[in-house]
Amino acid sequence: MKIAVIKYNAGNIRSVAFALERLQVDYTITDRPEEIQQADKVIFPGVGEASTTMRYLKDHRLDELICSLKQPVLGICLGMQLMCKHSEENDTPCLGIFDETVRLFVPKHHEKVPHMGWNSLTTINDWLPSELKDQFVYFVHSFYVPLSAHTSAQTDYIQAFSSAMRKDNFYAVQFHPEKSGPVGEKVIQAFLQQS
Amino acid sequence: MLTKRIIPCLDIKDGRTVKGVNFLELRDAGDPVALGEMYAQQGADELVFLDISATNEKRKTFVKLVREIAAHVNIPFTVGGGISSIEDVAPLLEAGADKVSINSAAVSNPQLIDDLAKAFGSQFVVLAIDARKVNNQWTVHTHGGSRPTDKKLFTWAKEGQSRGAGEILFTSMDHDGTKSGFAVDPLEKLNQLLQIPVIASGGAGNMNHFLEAFVIGKADAALAATLFHFGEIKIPDLKAYLSNHHLPIRKTI
Repeated sequence: MKIAVIKYNAGNIRSVAFALERLQVDYTITDRPEEIQQADKVIFPGVGEASTTMRYLKDHRLDELICSLKQPVLGICLGMQLMCKHSEENDTPCLGIFDETVRLFVPKHHEKVPHMGWNSLTTINDWLPSELKDQFVYFVHSFYVPLSAHTSAQTDYIQAFSSAMRKDNFYAVQFHPEKSGPVGEKVIQAFLQQS
Repeated sequence: MLTKRIIPCLDIKDGRTVKGVNFLELRDAGDPVALGEMYAQQGADELVFLDISATNEKRKTFVKLVREIAAHVNIPFTVGGGISSIEDVAPLLEAGADKVSINSAAVSNPQLIDDLAKAFGSQFVVLAIDARKVNNQWTVHTHGGSRPTDKKLFTWAKEGQSRGAGEILFTSMDHDGTKSGFAVDPLEKLNQLLQIPVIASGGAGNMNHFLEAFVIGKADAALAATLFHFGEIKIPDLKAYLSNHHLPIRKTI
């Protein structure tokens, strides 16, 4: 199995690569279109700011490429948010794979923003194994994707939001599976088993 | 529910952990990677590695070490010690560090916080503040707490937040090493004042001290070093204790 990790100006590429190494999975970090297209699975990581990252993707023609992929694609953190239609972060039009708008957390009772730390997956369905219900994963984000028909896991912070999603061959997680201990490893493995 | 974080801190000198770390479970307790892995397995929520090497040459060793830590440890970790520029930080990020902590350099050049936040994102920047009470005012100290400054804890923390710090790591030097408990009053005030998470540090001596830091001090995370390194408190016991006292605590599988 060949895994392509999309190379771009994202902060967590090295961490994602190390997580794959710990799972003894073969991968390449690449921005070459043919290499990405030919991979069995594609991982679209992301830490950073939406508008800068979208501009980078457009400049490198990675935006059209990602949308055209037919194999399983996993968006992580900002990767998941960029798969949505629009982000409130600097009013940024995104890839539009999911028809959602990414929203800024607005505290109700002095909750801290960013949502940073370990929080649980309160509901689980679709592609994620049911044993992951109520397990803890690591989050760092100030923007969130509201619940929708494509939500495959939910987490509560200020309000319930989508911590994992799926539409067709596009999978996405708001948390960092590469930093979420054994639970995160199960999430990556669940994705690698998709076809 | 978002859980309270327990963070062991490891001091590194010339690529090795310092402070009489002694573990029966480990063949080489001086190996930061093995120690970090062990803490991760025990349920630590994050790790902090502070490089206390004196020379730039040894700092290169630290970057190599950060890469090794990132390869083996599957939870988030912060690195710090002697960071004074974007040029110092980029190799650490590339090596796989999740966050960097800055301290003295931010005091002498506050713009560093803005620059790092802009270049790498706020979530990457932990502003570490060492403070002690001087004339009844919490006064910021630098260089391992040896030099007093004219900055005050609360205004400096607030300025750090507005410049783009993603977290505040507050060490009370009056409490550090005393094992008499965290400085819960200034912690509580910091948490009222700030919108970003606050990590409590300095003074942990027993499990109840952590409970106080979270319940009274409203801290988001608590850090300790020797207490964990000497096995005086085991992380699974501490997490069970806090959980039994109805705090949101991560359970591990």
